[in-house]
Amino acid sequence: MSVLVPTSLAEALAALADGPGRVALAGGTDLMVLVNEGHRHLDTDSVIVAVDRIPELDGWRLDPQGRGATDGRVASLWLGAGLRWSEIEHGPIAERVPALAQAARTVGSPQIRAAGTIGGNIATSSPAGDGLPVLAALDAVVHLASASGTRDIPFSEFMTGPKRNVLAGGELVTGVTVPVFEGWQGYSKVGVRNAMVISTASACLAHDRAGGSVRIALGSVGPVIIRCTAAEELLASRLDLRSATAVSDSVVTEVAALVRQAARPIDDHRSTAAYRRHAVGVLAERLVRRAFTDG
Amino acid sequence: MTVVEHGTRPDVGAPPRRGTLGDSTLRPDGVAKVDGSYLFSGDHSIDGFVWGATLRSPHPHARIVRLDTAPALAIPGVVAVVSADDVPGAPTYGLISHDQPVFARDVVRFVGEPVAAVAADHPETCRRALDAIIVEYEVLPALLDPEAAITGAFAPIHPDGNVIRHQRIVRGDQSIVGPVVVEGTYELGMQDQAFLGLEAALAEPLSGTGTSAGVRLHVATQWLHEDRAQIAACLGLPEEAVHLVLGGVGGAFGAREDISLQVHCALLALRTGRPVRMAYSRRESFLGHVHRHPCTIWMRHHADHDGTIRRIEARFVFDGGAYASTSSAVLINGVTHAQGPYRCDNATVDGWAVRTNHLPCGAMRGFGVVQACFAHESQMDRLAAACGLDPLEVRRRNAMRTGDRLITGQVVESVAPVERIIRELSEMPMPDGERTGALALPGGTGLTADESHVRRGVGWAVSIKNLMYSETFDDYSTARVRLRSGVATVKFATAEVGQGFVTLAGQIARTVLGVDDVVLDTIDTLVGSAGSTSASRQTWMSGGAVDGACRLVRERLFDHVARIHGVDALRLTIDGLDVVEVDPSTGHPLPAGQGVRVPVASVDVEFDETFEHHHRPTEHLDADGQGNCHTAFAFAAHRAVVDVDPDLGLVKVVEIATVQDVGRALNPLSVVGQIEGGIAQGLGLAVMEEIVQIDGVVRNASFTDYLLPTFMDMPPVRIGLVEEPEPQAPMGAKGVGEPPTVSSTPAIVAAIRDALGERGAGIVRVPVRPQDICGL
Amino acid sequence: MAEHYTLHVNGEAREVTDAWVGESLLHVLRERLELRGTKGACEQGECGSCSVLVDDRLVCSCLTLAATSVGRRIVTVEGVQSDAAAQSAHDENSSGALTDVQRAFVEAGAVQCGFCTPGLVMAVHALVDGRAPGDAPTEDEIRERLSGNICRCTGYGRIMEAVRVVVRQRLGEVAR
Repeated sequence: MSVLVPTSLAEALAALADGPGRVALAGGTDLMVLVNEGHRHLDTDSVIVAVDRIPELDGWRLDPQGRGATDGRVASLWLGAGLRWSEIEHGPIAERVPALAQAARTVGSPQIRAAGTIGGNIATSSPAGDGLPVLAALDAVVHLASASGTRDIPFSEFMTGPKRNVLAGGELVTGVTVPVFEGWQGYSKVGVRNAMVISTASACLAHDRAGGSVRIALGSVGPVIIRCTAAEELLASRLDLRSATAVSDSVVTEVAALVRQAARPIDDHRSTAAYRRHAVGVLAERLVRRAFTDG
Repeated sequence: MTVVEHGTRPDVGAPPRRGTLGDSTLRPDGVAKVDGSYLFSGDHSIDGFVWGATLRSPHPHARIVRLDTAPALAIPGVVAVVSADDVPGAPTYGLISHDQPVFARDVVRFVGEPVAAVAADHPETCRRALDAIIVEYEVLPALLDPEAAITGAFAPIHPDGNVIRHQRIVRGDQSIVGPVVVEGTYELGMQDQAFLGLEAALAEPLSGTGTSAGVRLHVATQWLHEDRAQIAACLGLPEEAVHLVLGGVGGAFGAREDISLQVHCALLALRTGRPVRMAYSRRESFLGHVHRHPCTIWMRHHADHDGTIRRIEARFVFDGGAYASTSSAVLINGVTHAQGPYRCDNATVDGWAVRTNHLPCGAMRGFGVVQACFAHESQMDRLAAACGLDPLEVRRRNAMRTGDRLITGQVVESVAPVERIIRELSEMPMPDGERTGALALPGGTGLTADESHVRRGVGWAVSIKNLMYSETFDDYSTARVRLRSGVATVKFATAEVGQGFVTLAGQIARTVLGVDDVVLDTIDTLVGSAGSTSASRQTWMSGGAVDGACRLVRERLFDHVARIHGVDALRLTIDGLDVVEVDPSTGHPLPAGQGVRVPVASVDVEFDETFEHHHRPTEHLDADGQGNCHTAFAFAAHRAVVDVDPDLGLVKVVEIATVQDVGRALNPLSVVGQIEGGIAQGLGLAVMEEIVQIDGVVRNASFTDYLLPTFMDMPPVRIGLVEEPEPQAPMGAKGVGEPPTVSSTPAIVAAIRDALGERGAGIVRVPVRPQDICGL
Repeated sequence: MAEHYTLHVNGEAREVTDAWVGESLLHVLRERLELRGTKGACEQGECGSCSVLVDDRLVCSCLTLAATSVGRRIVTVEGVQSDAAAQSAHDENSSGALTDVQRAFVEAGAVQCGFCTPGLVMAVHALVDGRAPGDAPTEDEIRERLSGNICRCTGYGRIMEAVRVVVRQRLGEVAR
């Protein structure tokens, strides 16, 4: 049992590849909850690989060519897996991906946002992960690396179930690339408290004006983040998404209905399926109106 | 009325004072609490200690078929494992009836019931030891429906039966009907006290002579002597062999009135001969202490068309959970407060406190009255609507006065300024309608609402709350005061849980004895009992005890001064820091220069006096619920302003205004702190706090899922204090801790209903959940 | 129980020996370094009682694996100093001086049971330290920045007042 603190990606990947019982730890805000509760025993053969000092996972880069995400159509932003939510909440990233900044602001408490990372959010793959609906709506690409190579996985293929994803043993999330759209985008999250709360339902809407599309993704209303393609197609069919600035009441109502149909919520101690289904429709309705404000 | 505008200190701008009664004296423990040096019960440690931990039942109801602790003992680092067979004294304990096992022996009755405890060298070793203990259970059907406990449909889950107590109240003319009739059924979920300082203790074995070995326990509790009595009985030790020292208490709110880890920790220390530290996790804390009772209340009011209440009918069912704790007293508080702060001569009330396989329930701030108030205040709004009256007007018309009789037949002798608090509350300015930015909207940082989605509502509630213990309990508190060379040393066993009794004790001593220097002795069991820090009673009871002891010391001082100076002791008084002679003709102190400073007067002598303050006796209720069962009462009124997003069911409380009957504000800053803090807990119950149990299993035993109000949920509070000194009270002061929690909840719910318009009538349950507001 | 490492806490190098790998920074601070001013109340990052500064970031020490904090600057309530207090402590050799934040908490009545207080003191320092005069946070910003610190006793009113006092003295009036 030990803790390794690698200072390069190669070193980290080598450590992770070294056998079972290797656990990557970034901000600690998910793993340590389990350790403290005794749900995850760290035994003699456990090795914690702390990935919070790896320069390759730090920072962000704007790529005007959109490489890795949009193939040159619009710019893209590579976000290092080690970016903390507090670094996304304000500043240059927030200006380019405002929905992600809005989601960042709702992650836990200020203390959690100063420790928790976007890479950790992706790797944990909770249906209630605040950043994930935004990544889904933006068709983000998740970058993975292991000692044997790298791969890029569209977010839609990354998450496979509640806290389940395609990460293989020894593999690490190194970053994520998102497009920088022209067009309104926003994130809304329902929780019973006005701060520091796990979402009972959340939604992200991103308008790619140049590409003529609107994307809607839902959190906490299914085993994975749900992209609501029926609603997206309806909006594309009813509006000219390259120029529209307004939306009719009837379209908004139809979008909400389609969103509710797409949701697959459950009853649990945090809420009811019926409420979640209802709420996510309301969120979608409001996001559509915010996107097309003249309506 | 003293009006405390939010954001200002009550005596801001006042000249510096000595810290006597009426001043906003600062806490004597404040510096230690801000610099981190204050020791809470979990911070005590001594060399050679081991950690203790508890194994708990995973089932709400099951038979223990086999318990094998040997595998745990085999783990390196484990030094002891104890279970029911190892309890040397009484196998059970309890505050009112001793019905709760120290460790379950044959049957477990709730999820979380202790089955065994271990001691080991590290918390992680403890965890592995607990995992290694083998317990085979035969799962039994669980009693989860309180009504089934009443009807007898379920076989007794405890030798004492499934009904903990039944009490009815029958008064006046039972035939009165209408002409206006309003009724409703109201429900309250289970609230947790959620103090921040988790249960923790340090037990030190004391080597005694022969068999008289004892134990010292540093523990956070509300009542040292009651704990000691229960611990000693379970350990089979005389009480003198158990020394309890108050470890710093990180909040209490009722949850520390019952025993939690005390016996386990002491037993492990005696068993191992080593100091033992125990510290609950948050999850364990949720399982390991009692909670506010979930309650269902049906209530029907009969009234005249002008809103005058003629008769009330009510039925209360309190779910007490697996063990009795204080359920029987909570029940009595509930049913005897069914009328609220309103006159009512005719009543038919029926109440039950029952046993189920849910978590045990007991004391929490408001103690049964929170439940009653939610029902009667919801009813008052229905009555107002039925009579076409303003909600405040119907309350004003029925407002109780001093001298009125309760539905128990007891005369309200306390100052009862109900009409005045209602009027003064109605005169308070409303918050402005301006909402500044997204954070001001329901949903907060979730950015769920726009201004157009939000509706504002205003709601009101008024409460009556009994103070001190009831029903013949010999309720008293003890204090010992020594005066030497101008230094007063005050000793008491009063649990300081954050409320600030330590501040008040110094204020009393400075006022009565004319000293500046007050030393507070260790709070432990080496002095008589102070009773419990609960029931809004310590300012009155322990304040009365300190006041009484100081007065005895002062008499001795006056005798001493009189002897030396050849004056009549009866003519001496304290004026500031001086003993002075009073001019018998005017009653005023004689001219300056004639006095003698207290330090000078008390040099080289010591006056040492102990005083017990008892409140007047109370009576049992008879079969019809008649009797002078309570001691005194306090009143409060709340106005809530809320913004509601009806489509999402989210709420933002904008402001709470309150006027409270405090008798006398002995420390206005402390009073404000109690009021604001109490309101926050009432807000929590109104809109977010509930322990969710499904099939008897707690689903949200964490702060991730049991939500407490944050800085962004709690609004500013506008406070008015009504100071009409209470003649019965030692210093004219009523307890102030509970009333803010009692009526803030129904005021917030009333405001939510107001915002929802006609749909609001469907809100009959707290906490109000988003799905309730949406009607889903 | 075989971990050995060095932490830099409150300006000193502190050896940690024979530790279990799963220990949180909170546990190590409290139980191995005997800095018990930092409190634990939820083990999940949902109450803020365990807040400390790690490389100037306010984090929950309960969610920080202690062994990964090697080489970082850790400041706990025992080591927190405002510039003024640091100066006067140096001058008078009285390390027990309170910071303006701590003093305001005592004087405004922001302390009741006091269990949340050390964490809040750290959070308020994180909020106000390093700001330029005139850069006063708004009422909303204060509430949001302190929303990770639960207080169960006070209802936050007097804590807010303490923060206003500090902000007013250091940075200017708190705007709505």
